[in-house]
Amino acid sequence: MDLKDKLLSSFLAFENNIDLDNPVHEVRSEAIKNFETKGFPSKREEAWKYTSLNSLQKVDFSIFPKTESTLEYKDIKKYFIHEIDTYKIVFIDGVYSSYLSETTHDGVDVCLMSSALTKPQYRQVIDVYFNKAASKDESLTTLNTAFSKEGAYIYIPKNKMPKKPIQILHLATGNESALLLQPRNLVIAEENAELQVIERHQSLTGNEVLTNSVTEIFAAKDAIVDYYKVQNDANTASLIDNTYISQKDNSVVRVHTFSFGGKLTRNNLNFYQNGERIDSTLKGVTILGEKQHVDHHTLVHHAQPNCESHQDYKGIFGEQSTGVFNGKIIVDKIAQKTNAFQQNNNVLISDRATVNTKPQLEIFADDVKCSHGCTVGQLDEEAMFYLQSRGIPKKEASALLMYAFANNVLESVRIPELKSRINKLIANKLGVRLGFDL
Amino acid sequence: MLEIKDLHASVEDKKILKGINLQVNAGEVHAIMGPNGSGKSTLASVIAGKEEFEIKKGTISLEGEDLEELAPEERAHKGIFMSFQYPVEIPGVSVTNFMKTAINESRKARGLEDMPANQMLKLIREKSELLEIDRKFLSRSLNEGFSGGEKKRNEIFQMAMMEPKLAILDETDSGLDIDALRIVANGVNKLRGKDNAIIVITHYQRLLEYIVPDYVHVLHDGKIVKSGTKELALELEEKGYDWIKQEAVL
Repeated sequence: MDLKDKLLSSFLAFENNIDLDNPVHEVRSEAIKNFETKGFPSKREEAWKYTSLNSLQKVDFSIFPKTESTLEYKDIKKYFIHEIDTYKIVFIDGVYSSYLSETTHDGVDVCLMSSALTKPQYRQVIDVYFNKAASKDESLTTLNTAFSKEGAYIYIPKNKMPKKPIQILHLATGNESALLLQPRNLVIAEENAELQVIERHQSLTGNEVLTNSVTEIFAAKDAIVDYYKVQNDANTASLIDNTYISQKDNSVVRVHTFSFGGKLTRNNLNFYQNGERIDSTLKGVTILGEKQHVDHHTLVHHAQPNCESHQDYKGIFGEQSTGVFNGKIIVDKIAQKTNAFQQNNNVLISDRATVNTKPQLEIFADDVKCSHGCTVGQLDEEAMFYLQSRGIPKKEASALLMYAFANNVLESVRIPELKSRINKLIANKLGVRLGFDL
Repeated sequence: MLEIKDLHASVEDKKILKGINLQVNAGEVHAIMGPNGSGKSTLASVIAGKEEFEIKKGTISLEGEDLEELAPEERAHKGIFMSFQYPVEIPGVSVTNFMKTAINESRKARGLEDMPANQMLKLIREKSELLEIDRKFLSRSLNEGFSGGEKKRNEIFQMAMMEPKLAILDETDSGLDIDALRIVANGVNKLRGKDNAIIVITHYQRLLEYIVPDYVHVLHDGKIVKSGTKELALELEEKGYDWIKQEAVL
């Protein structure tokens, strides 16, 4: 049985365990129908030209893991930014772990999707927001919607700000030889609310894991949301991260994606600007080796006037790694005075590494500033000579240049401890000491 | 200290240096002058070890050791420093972090431990004061958005930090106003000593009023066509380079 059939038959079993009177049931039923029609995307589709899911579909994934695991905090501490106090929402093989988590209902809700989807006090919010930003026809998103049950639920009411950043950690224990996870996150910042989220997926063994995640983020008027994705997973873990962001007037949403690991990673990052004077920032650092593959597909839809978007993705590709960047910007006719910037720069440090980069601009307004640029190159020889002439050996000089190349994406990271951790990850990934503290 | 014998060098089969002979002893300052395209900057780059230049014939040695097989960083570890005509901008690395890396890599190559942080800071403070460099400047990205004068001052700051045996200043005066020129020259003069040597490469005599050379050489078409004392520089200033070119033809 292939994965699609297995998923379709699993849906019947899944439904047996849930409340069919819940309005979410209808959403799920619609979604599975869409997935049944469309199935997994194939390389024949333009959006999946460079990323193949074929081999993953041959793996016999467990869809409902049987065993519960007993991990201790000390085993997983290193996957947190543990230098600072944070709220924590931790899932082990897709199941919420209360003893590893620290949630809150103190003025804000930092808790679980399973509660939000079933308890009456959340019903109104779910009705307004759940599955309202996520695509109704993108097949992997609808697959996630069909099985949506667990994930992080974060609701920040008007004028509120949680006391500390929120970390979401999805752990895979390897108790199953191959595991499919489908977390579903919902993040809502009401008017003038502010929050910071760090999300990470981590497989703890060499067993196969496929995560098909959907996150919806809503930023109301004047809200500020910072969302950081740390992707540094094991070489047997693949991730399809579908993120949908809906912004209202004057809101600021910044998403940083740090891709340093994993086998296959696909980021579908979609911004919808549904108001004026909105600021959307999309930044990424990708450093890959071995046969790792990362595909960034971004969309910024400027649907109202006087908004801005800033995209800056940097990639360093070694060995036989492959990278894809596809940045789509749509400016509607009504969206005059849009400022949209997009930059994608890549350095290939191996002859066998590959990058495919493509800006895709669809501009229907006439009074806009849109700029885009993409480069693929090697390290600058003149800069190498400059560094070497100051006594810095070739290997260290190239590491320093790559570090510098990636580093300027970090300027907008607003959690210093996270910034320093990412700096260290970059330095480690480049495999040399830099001669100064990060 | 530096001995160059019958040096021929090419880039992409284009002959640029065509038989240079030069001896620089410890404690000396040599000026190399010459018209544009005479090979001045190539000579500097060849001594510093830039790979795109190929040595076809001849030798370069520092304190008796042949340099030809050494990488640029190894030459730096032996005490060669070149101040770049066009210093490279490196966004994302601060001047301070760059210098820490350079100093500690050089120390590592000599089998020394990293310089303790407080000692490093003291050294940076001392040398930046010498070049009248503002503290804020040190935390900026290396050369990024620096004015011409700031770049050159930063080069001499690096020289002061590295304390080279042989410093080659490639067109350090270009792009400098008179105040910056004075600061840079003052910095260089403070670094002059009996154990080190300096080669000043310049098109104009102006810099040599501040950094007074012991010897002046005129480079033309890849060869040193005339050598003399500092008076030669004045003569060049007065007469231009044409008479040298004509003399060379004869």
